[in-house]
Amino acid sequence: MSETVSRIAIACRVNGEPRRVHVFPMVRLLDVLREEMHLTGTKEGCGEGECGACAVLMNGALVNSCLIPAVEADGAEIRTVEGMANGDQLHAVQQAFLECGGSQCGICTPGMVMAAVALLERNSHPDDAEIREGLAGNLCRCTGYKKIFAAVVRACESTQDTRPVNR
Amino acid sequence: MRINARYKASKPMRAYIPAYDLRVPGSLSEALALMAREPGVWQPFAGGTDLMVLLEAGKLSHKKFLSVSRLDDLRGIEVSADSVILGALTTYTEIQKHPVLRAEFPLLCTAARETGSIATQNRGTLGGNIVNASPAADSPPALLVYDAEIELVSERGARWLPYHGFHTGYKKMQSSPDELLRAVRLPRRAAPWRQYYRKVGTRKRQAMAKGSFAGAALMDNGTSRDIRIALGSVAPLVLRAVITEDSLRGGRITPTVIATAGETLAREIVPIDDIRSTARYRLRVAQNLLEEFLSQISK
Repeated sequence: MSETVSRIAIACRVNGEPRRVHVFPMVRLLDVLREEMHLTGTKEGCGEGECGACAVLMNGALVNSCLIPAVEADGAEIRTVEGMANGDQLHAVQQAFLECGGSQCGICTPGMVMAAVALLERNSHPDDAEIREGLAGNLCRCTGYKKIFAAVVRACESTQDTRPVNR
Repeated sequence: MRINARYKASKPMRAYIPAYDLRVPGSLSEALALMAREPGVWQPFAGGTDLMVLLEAGKLSHKKFLSVSRLDDLRGIEVSADSVILGALTTYTEIQKHPVLRAEFPLLCTAARETGSIATQNRGTLGGNIVNASPAADSPPALLVYDAEIELVSERGARWLPYHGFHTGYKKMQSSPDELLRAVRLPRRAAPWRQYYRKVGTRKRQAMAKGSFAGAALMDNGTSRDIRIALGSVAPLVLRAVITEDSLRGGRITPTVIATAGETLAREIVPIDDIRSTARYRLRVAQNLLEEFLSQISK
């Protein structure tokens, strides 16, 4: 058996709630969220940063939680798909995914939603190319992407008066 | 029987996480003290976009890492009259957003934009890209054509050295085990150089390079007064094609010169067959990119 290191205390805010866990330093944020905090909305796809299924927002930036060691999340503000709805009121992006059929098997959906939220937070008027680029790190094997794209367009329209440009 | 033997010989699919240590020093002096006390034991860990992939695959043999994420001395982009200094922790996202980099160092911004997804660009760092020392890395070709310099720091002091020559072979670098990459300096050029960057992969985006090319030239009426050419994925390290540069410097760029330059480049690079491509394809791509670059600057 290999030599083992000690667990360390990690404190962070997840969806606004202060959380504290004792974990091995190199354990993935993905596993901390799912196994320690029981926030199983965040999914594991490839486990190597290619598919985006595990995407969350860390200090406002979209990241793949499978590539973040737990210690790097110490002190961070983390938002997961569980924190998107306000009670029974879905986030505009979630509502649009529902209305447009942007979700089929559902494994990519939490990551897609987080990527779309991150996109709209930094650019409330994305054009088609910007939407495609914003979702490019998230792979879906069901929908063929068109309905997901349509959902993001609808989410933009539902959160603003003017239609996005270049469409 | 044979399958069983192969199974036993194979490495575990996933890493045993409790065996890995990741220390998080809060200051540069604390980090350098740790590296000086046990040289080579504590390897720097920045954005993790390469190391965590290896960890997940059970291929990360080194076990003790030192996170540089809390070291403010490694952050920020400083612009002065004659240079831009980027902290080693500058992310690909920060590179793309910076107005001076966008205006004067577009090849670096394009390379950053074509590296992985947005989630990767938010985490991946310039310093990590250099120190990971992959011959397929995206930012080094741009750094080479911009005559970048790098700063290494240790308890013994700090030193600046040209980035060209820092990598000496496959995953080999001119740094001591107690040294940390702190910053990258890009000299600002007074005259406007013509610039070119192109990465060729399986897809337009989010693919590792089968070949990449950065070029810059100071043109004067069809003549290249000065020129830089660098390529990725065609040698054990990201290569500056100095012989090809020398053959082009000071001369007119004509179709004959372009054809000869392609032959010179073929003798200078050493592409190989691997999981991503073949030596033959890489040679062809390198020559095509050189031709495209030279054709553009000759106009």
